[in-house]
Amino acid sequence: MSETGIGASVRRKEDFRFITGNGHYTDDINRPGQAHAVFVRSPHAHATIKKIDVVAALKMPGVLAIYTGDDLAADKIGGLICGWMIHSKDGSPMKAGAHPALAQGKVRYVGDHVAVVIADTYAQAREAAEKVVVDYGVLPAVVDMEAAVKKGAPVVHDVASDNTVYNWHLGDKAATEAAFAKAKHVTKLDIVNNRLVPNAMEPRAAVGDYDFGSDCFTLYTTSQNPHVARLVLSAFIGIAPEHKLRVIAPDVGGGFGSKIFIYAEETICVWAAKKVGRPVKWTADRTEAFLSDAHGRDHITHAEMALDDKGKILGLRVNTKANLGAYLSTFSSSVPTYLYAPLLSGQYNIPAIYCEVDGIYTTTAPVDAYRGAGRPEATFVIERLMEVAARETGVDPAQFRRKNFVTSFPHQTPVIMCYDAGNYNAALEKALEMADYKNVGKRKRESAKKGLLRGVGISAYIEACGIAPSAAVGSLGAGVGLWESAEVRVNPIGTVEVLTGSHSHGQGHETTFAQLVSSRLGISIDNVSIVHGDTDKVQMGMGTYGSRSGAVGMSAIVKALDKIEAKAKKVAAYVLEASDKDIEFKDGKFSVKGTDKSIDFPSVALQAYIAHKFSGQELEPGLKESAFWDPTNFTFPAGVHICELEVDPQTGVTRIDRWTAVDDFGEVINPMIVEGQVHGGIAQGIGQAMHEGAIYNKDGQLLTASYMDYTMPRADDVPSYNVGMTQTRCPSNPLGIKGCGEAGAIAAPPAVINALTDAVGHENVAMPATPIAVWRAAQKAITRQAAE
Amino acid sequence: MYPFTYHQPDSARKAASVAGKAEDAKFLAGGMTLLPTMKQRLASPANLIDLAKCDDMRGIEIKGRSVTIGAMTRHVDVANSKELQEAIPALADLAGMIGDPAVRNRGTIGGSLANNDPAADYPAAALALGATIVTNKRKIEAEDYFTGLFETALEEGEVITKITFPIPAKAGYEKFRNPASRYAIVGVFVAKKGSEVRVAVTGAGSGGVFRATKIEAALTAKFSSKSLEGVKMPAEGLNSDIHADAEYRAHLITVMAKRATDKAK
Amino acid sequence: MPVVSMTVNGKAVSADVDSRTLLVQYLRENLRLTGTHVGCDTSQCGACVVHVNGDALKSCTALAVALEGADVVTIEGLAKDGKLHPMQEAFRENHGLQCGFCTPGMIMSAVDIVNRKGNKLEEKLIREELEGNICRCTGYHNIVKAIAAGAEGMAGQ
Repeated sequence: MSETGIGASVRRKEDFRFITGNGHYTDDINRPGQAHAVFVRSPHAHATIKKIDVVAALKMPGVLAIYTGDDLAADKIGGLICGWMIHSKDGSPMKAGAHPALAQGKVRYVGDHVAVVIADTYAQAREAAEKVVVDYGVLPAVVDMEAAVKKGAPVVHDVASDNTVYNWHLGDKAATEAAFAKAKHVTKLDIVNNRLVPNAMEPRAAVGDYDFGSDCFTLYTTSQNPHVARLVLSAFIGIAPEHKLRVIAPDVGGGFGSKIFIYAEETICVWAAKKVGRPVKWTADRTEAFLSDAHGRDHITHAEMALDDKGKILGLRVNTKANLGAYLSTFSSSVPTYLYAPLLSGQYNIPAIYCEVDGIYTTTAPVDAYRGAGRPEATFVIERLMEVAARETGVDPAQFRRKNFVTSFPHQTPVIMCYDAGNYNAALEKALEMADYKNVGKRKRESAKKGLLRGVGISAYIEACGIAPSAAVGSLGAGVGLWESAEVRVNPIGTVEVLTGSHSHGQGHETTFAQLVSSRLGISIDNVSIVHGDTDKVQMGMGTYGSRSGAVGMSAIVKALDKIEAKAKKVAAYVLEASDKDIEFKDGKFSVKGTDKSIDFPSVALQAYIAHKFSGQELEPGLKESAFWDPTNFTFPAGVHICELEVDPQTGVTRIDRWTAVDDFGEVINPMIVEGQVHGGIAQGIGQAMHEGAIYNKDGQLLTASYMDYTMPRADDVPSYNVGMTQTRCPSNPLGIKGCGEAGAIAAPPAVINALTDAVGHENVAMPATPIAVWRAAQKAITRQAAE
Repeated sequence: MYPFTYHQPDSARKAASVAGKAEDAKFLAGGMTLLPTMKQRLASPANLIDLAKCDDMRGIEIKGRSVTIGAMTRHVDVANSKELQEAIPALADLAGMIGDPAVRNRGTIGGSLANNDPAADYPAAALALGATIVTNKRKIEAEDYFTGLFETALEEGEVITKITFPIPAKAGYEKFRNPASRYAIVGVFVAKKGSEVRVAVTGAGSGGVFRATKIEAALTAKFSSKSLEGVKMPAEGLNSDIHADAEYRAHLITVMAKRATDKAK
Repeated sequence: MPVVSMTVNGKAVSADVDSRTLLVQYLRENLRLTGTHVGCDTSQCGACVVHVNGDALKSCTALAVALEGADVVTIEGLAKDGKLHPMQEAFRENHGLQCGFCTPGMIMSAVDIVNRKGNKLEEKLIREELEGNICRCTGYHNIVKAIAAGAEGMAGQ
């Protein structure tokens, strides 16, 4: 392994600009003559719009224009879309209500877009926005999912009179009923998977620009997938055809899912740029982000697990209500269905599974994918059940898992997925060792002496990443294919540009992708640059989410590099006057088998372009190749996380004392970056488990709309993480990569809650386990123990 | 922010004089609360009188059995004052627990007391220590100063110039932070002077800072956290919000009071 | 509109600004120093931390007009003569950043911590001192490591 090759912890190439303040985020971009947009947002969760009076606002200084839903309709601008069709049990298609970028006739959540004010300066736009008078006919809000499906509940969309988007199911109901019928023990659990706000530190932003000379639009936007944004803005919303619309996602300050989606604000900025004849910029403030970024999670679940007399799992049945908010966001429909239920088998051999999911409209912000998307929810269900079942049957939770692990591969679960490779026991044993699990009892006694309650919790997670085989997701309702593209451009002096359809917003692609190219072509990593995030440079791509950029994005680069090598060999053959079949390529050198004749890669690149040694009829000049990679299966990263914590029963304050993570990500390109991804994921998982929760009151007002009320994990809320790895290669892609971006966020919540319940005498603690919640559970445990 | 006229007088007297003439004026101390409030367009003074250049409003002076702190003295300076760490260590300790380091570099004791945020720390110290709030017009005893949520005895145009704290025999402060904002959900300042024990609670009361007489009585009998075993504070009159309900706050008052007593020196 | 002059990263600068202008707007909009970021509205995230007269402060919560004559250092002014500051080096070496958005504020706060607390920093202290800086990517692990390493690196300065 070279210092910059695959497997090396290469320091990141992108860091220089970030540590010197030279990153270029969307809000750093200013176009000449730029105007500013401020949105008039609904203060009501549910209301009809009777009248919008903009007369006074238009007279305010600096105001250029004010647009409402009527203007969009007049321009035949289409609504925002949901790109994944889900069918209900009865075969009927999901009920998608219209989602105009500016409300037409009705608002459905606090923060919904009513009008946009465009002015010379931000301050002027904001002042004028306050002068827009909207006459609302206030309707009752419906925030709670149970209430939303009751007869007579306020109806969010007329197309769904029962506020139900779909009643979906997966699995074999009869087989599952049969499994429960013969069960020796049934563990039952009611679970709330709390609603989260993604909170990438960079708020969303957009700058729309229009060039009259060429009739071309440019949109700078905080996107994880600029090509998908262009596709949707062109083909569905109708801003401009794709060749007249350039979408640039420059440096993006974190996404975690929330920047996958195509929102109203960027749609309006790019559309309005032509209407006002000026570039139009919008940057969210944090409260707008809380109100209008797509939220995550928000499930209510009842789950049951059937066991036989030997403690083997017989079956699982799960009933989930998923809050989808007021509108179906870009991929929202898929998250509580195909990204959720297929993971309910966890790492275990479960013969029968049946899952029902109702997608529900409420008058709250749309809910869509957030780091892990569906898989954290599934993992929480299965890993909480495993913990409770182990306790109920008097078996050590580690042993209970061991007994039920999948041990042979491939393994077909009853819920779609075919696990291709793994060694779940290895990860568990390693994690137990690293966590010093055998001495937990001793540490518990030491804590008790200090008046503290210590608990330990295990979470064995699996996720389906590297999304995804296009045909497979197409059969499940996806509106797009989930391949990835790459283009490798070798310049005449042997430097290389790689154009990728993946997008880096913290993941370090500029480094890891360059490591791949460097080790493959034998050139310095400094001579490789990675180009992404611009639809004028990269023709098409599907973007970064679902831990797919390594497994899918880099596989496309491998395929393009294969073609580069094949072509370069032909060039080398001409130069070395040998047959291309006799050319070997190793360590950056082309040589003729059995001779000492050789030529290095940069020289071959030069020869490819000067084209003196071969005729253009025999071989095309140049060295540039592109490829698309469509995976053949999902990838299945898996691992075991162990959380050990101490509770102060006097206050309910919980301190995480140790965190052990052992993950199997297949082949790892850059361990430093991979570990960083694990750390960040764990912190978000701890955030979900102990700190974060979006709370609406009954009127649909978001009570947690700033960092004053929404608890973001801070440095003193989380521990250092002890991270280890096991490795089984992924058989479905050339690099053997599984993906690592979401693992921590998936693994962590049940590890924390299992540890907490262990600490407080197995009292149930709901997420987020805030001090007051933990204190109450601890009091209950103390009272119960006193009674016993 | 809405537009305003900015003033930067260089003495307390001049500041008061500007305030006397300017319509709808507000004093700006460290700005740690006022500026965010103005940014959110929840406050819109026509005139903003910045006290940052009023050097006569800064400094810590120890004289006899009392400590006087200029209103514009920053939290960081209070926390780091060697003299204060000797005289009233609990007060220095409290200042070091306010906000985060960048906030402590700007925020001031006078600003905090003038604002009287029900979750701020200084009001607990002022009330428990029996401080005197000195303004450009008069001296106000802490007992009479705090009149409600964000409400004080200060009149229009009146500015705090300094605060005098009698030096106690022993004092301690402990707080339970709001997990999100890190403001006090419950902050308890315990002070013993002679035979008198005064205990003030911030963060919890629906009317702002208050004295916990039940705890005072228990600690007056014997100044030890053991005296507080079984002392239950009533939940009536305490705040309830998404982070803590009144019952939890009541419980935390006793816990924090115990810990403040253990820390007291 | 008042003219506000200060020294930013060693250079004398001045601009006509509305009295409402926050220091962060002065830096980003008037001086086009866009390394200082805004991540919240409530003075909590710390992406906007800069040094003013040697102290860390949140530039989203200070009026430019109030800082007439001040000496301001932003993330762009930390590297001297083309050489990275030891704290910048430490963040890169320890993978203390991912998306990079909170990074300028983190680094400026980190330097301030060292200025106040010295070159040997315990993990617990670093975590407490970072109360005013929020990161969503790193889980803080590598930031804490970077600050401890950067603190030692600064000892050699």
